Amino acid sequence: MGFASRIAGVLPLFGYVSGVFAQDVPSRYNLQQPVTRIATEIYSMHTLMLIICLVIFIAVFGVMFWSVIHHRKSRGAVAANFHENTAVEIAWTVVPVLILLGMAWPATKTVIAMKDTSNPDITIKATGYQWKWGYDYLQGEGEGIRFLSGLSTPRAQIKGAEQKGDAYLLEVDNPLVVPVGKKIRVLVTAADVIHSWWMPAFGVKQDGIPGFIRDTWFAADKEGVYRGNCAELCGKDHGFMPIEVHVVSAEKYAEWVKSKQAQTSSAAADDGREWALAELVDRGEKVFAANCAACHQADGKGLPPAFPPLDGSPVVNGDKAAQIQVVLKGRSGTAMAAFGEQLPDADIAAVITYTRNAWGNKTGEAVQPAEIVAGR
Amino acid sequence: MTALTHDRIGAHPPHEHAHGPTGLMRWVTTTNHKDIGTMYLIFSFIMFLSGGVMALTIRAELFKPGLQVVEPEFFNQLTTMHGLVMVFGAIMPAFVGFANWMIPLMIGASDMAFARMNNWSFWLLPPAAILLLGSFFVPGGATAAGWTLYAPLSVQMGMGMDLAIFAIHIMGVSSIMGAINIVVTILNMRAPGMNMMRMPLFCWTWLITAYLLIAVMPVLAGAVTMILTDRHFGTSFFNAAGGGDPVMYQHIFWFFGHPEVYIMILPAFGIVSQIIPTFSRKPLFGYASMVYATASIAILSFTVWAHHMFTTGMPAVGQLFFMYATMLIAVPTGVKVFNWVATMWRGSLSFETPMLWATGFIFVFTMGGFTGLICAIAPIDIQLQDTYYVVAHFHYVLVAGSLFALFAGAYYWLPKWTGHMPNEFIGKLHFWCSMVFFNITFFPMHFLGLAGMPRRIPDYALQFADFNAMASIGAFGFGLSQLIFLVAVVKCIRGGKQAAAQSWEGAEGLEWTVPSPAPHHTFEDAPVLART
Repeated sequence: MGFASRIAGVLPLFGYVSGVFAQDVPSRYNLQQPVTRIATEIYSMHTLMLIICLVIFIAVFGVMFWSVIHHRKSRGAVAANFHENTAVEIAWTVVPVLILLGMAWPATKTVIAMKDTSNPDITIKATGYQWKWGYDYLQGEGEGIRFLSGLSTPRAQIKGAEQKGDAYLLEVDNPLVVPVGKKIRVLVTAADVIHSWWMPAFGVKQDGIPGFIRDTWFAADKEGVYRGNCAELCGKDHGFMPIEVHVVSAEKYAEWVKSKQAQTSSAAADDGREWALAELVDRGEKVFAANCAACHQADGKGLPPAFPPLDGSPVVNGDKAAQIQVVLKGRSGTAMAAFGEQLPDADIAAVITYTRNAWGNKTGEAVQPAEIVAGR
Repeated sequence: MTALTHDRIGAHPPHEHAHGPTGLMRWVTTTNHKDIGTMYLIFSFIMFLSGGVMALTIRAELFKPGLQVVEPEFFNQLTTMHGLVMVFGAIMPAFVGFANWMIPLMIGASDMAFARMNNWSFWLLPPAAILLLGSFFVPGGATAAGWTLYAPLSVQMGMGMDLAIFAIHIMGVSSIMGAINIVVTILNMRAPGMNMMRMPLFCWTWLITAYLLIAVMPVLAGAVTMILTDRHFGTSFFNAAGGGDPVMYQHIFWFFGHPEVYIMILPAFGIVSQIIPTFSRKPLFGYASMVYATASIAILSFTVWAHHMFTTGMPAVGQLFFMYATMLIAVPTGVKVFNWVATMWRGSLSFETPMLWATGFIFVFTMGGFTGLICAIAPIDIQLQDTYYVVAHFHYVLVAGSLFALFAGAYYWLPKWTGHMPNEFIGKLHFWCSMVFFNITFFPMHFLGLAGMPRRIPDYALQFADFNAMASIGAFGFGLSQLIFLVAVVKCIRGGKQAAAQSWEGAEGLEWTVPSPAPHHTFEDAPVLART
């Protein structure tokens, strides 16, 4: 986009007083179009608050600007000498209290409704990792499905080498899929630092706190693709861990569950068999790109000192068992995550094999999924 | 006290008092409240410019989607350090500078109560600033955990984090000493006849602020010390695996953090309450209710901290309590705004530079007040938490609030400090440029936040591009406008229209009874106030 056209894009704002309530997607001036009951309540509560504030604002500053214009010394205004008035002072203390009570009432009802996570149709655990989300379907249709969901926008788009797509920075490789109209309870937690699972169209934002589980819920009324972000600063790639939810019909959801479960069983078979070195390196390169390259970089050089290089690293070129432990358990006090919780055995075996045979590292050793199982 | 002063006057002719060390040593060893006030103000302006450069780098990166100027890790360092530098380096020391200069002059005291401690509390700041700014150059760079330094992210950081922790400790010690000094000065050194309810409102707001500082700075010191021991000494205050709780950090931090917000705004209320009556040529409306409102804001500020944490998932009862308590703060704050407007009502107004800033303050700060009320509503806040809406909100209260009031105060008292009237044209140019660019920068951020742009991100989705470009242009305009202030001050120091003792027509108060510029020593004999 050219500079001039972007400035031009801002200008219509001033003609768009009604644009504040515009309904088009994606939203630019107001809260996103709500698709749950809670989000709808928040949307109208915000509109109401805005109107009340605007009225008070106009009243107060109407008085002030009247003074500014009419009570000027240059216009011959002579100062009065009053400096208190008990009745007026009581009035402007009591009236705001009444207005606040009027605001608090609907807000209280919504707070209580937001907290009612009872009787869900489906329960999903969302785990924040640096810097992706993990989803576990714990209960209800689809129980047992688990996968990771990370940014799918190519690096070249971020760096400006390619044209940016429509869902730039808001697209993931494996979106969360839920059926329309069903009550979904989300258990939010995190593995390393605090993250926050935010879906604006659902009116849901819940921090994921490492070591604790907090819950929230939504029931989306409309099929569609909804996008959000991690909303709590969580380190380097905080801006690059979006959330994408597909709300689909009951039938489509059942189909999706079937295909996901088929994937899970083939993954179990992968974990059980012996692999050839070339196969592992091949798979490991993909796993590395998705999970490791953000810190250790695609060329294995890392970003020292926070993110050490793997190329030539004594750990990667040393004893296999020690490296398996680091990858499985992470390193506490650093950004190195415990991938044992996130990835299947075959992926971990593959990625370790890859790092031991990539760049300048030439161990020639293959690490089998069975060794990962032993290391757990 | 008075007896001591009289002895000294008896021993020497008055003019010989200024004879101490000269040159650099004068500033290093000074115990004079005016010298120390000046040093605080210069220090805070330097920090203001440093923090401003960081802000402009942030805005340059955000000018368009994609990564162009800085990498994400460094971007996070910039947002973190911008916050820490502006809060602890610029805004807070600037208000202490005003307190040092003006409180003794306003209450008719010869100096601050603990003059030597006053020197020490200033000279702690430059080392703290060097630790903080120097942390950019250590391996791993400065802390990138956000100015709130939330655990466990802050536990992951490199040694820049340790430097920041020590800097915060030192600045905290400095603030506490400064606050004790202000409390003791105000309570013990008022001129005969100046009872508490005749004190200028600026002194009242600072008295209450000083109590807030004494109450909460140790809490912050405790919080960052716990991070330090979690980082290096194997404790688990904020680590669930060791029995700790990351959310506890937030509770402790915001128990400091919310009163801190009022530490940065109450003295601003005080400055504005001095200026509005002067240029309205009419006494402040509702003096007593202003004092009570300030005190209630301060007390309430201890009961609202968890409104920064609505998304952590506290029980409904907790959310409701903190929501109601927060909404309640709107009442005394409203009283203040109404009182200022009522002071202007049927006054005889003129708009010299200080009045322009003060009026601008009321207008724009109130917008920040309204968005604060909207954020107080827990369900709405759950949508707005950690978005650009919050960024807009706190810049409306901290820039249009605290900073604009600081400028108002600077233009108001510059004649007393320098002996020259500030140039009206330059002052007004500074005001109008700041006002316009401020709103170009921060108003669109409300829209960005509502539409779903999270804060603290170096890159964003395409629908946010237009408003970000606008905000970046505004930010550069705003940043450059601040150089006008530098010109105004330098010009005012070097010359200009001679200022009378009472430099502004409607100005009242003891500070306007001493010559301009205020001599090195003032009120060696306590003034006697007429009975009312």
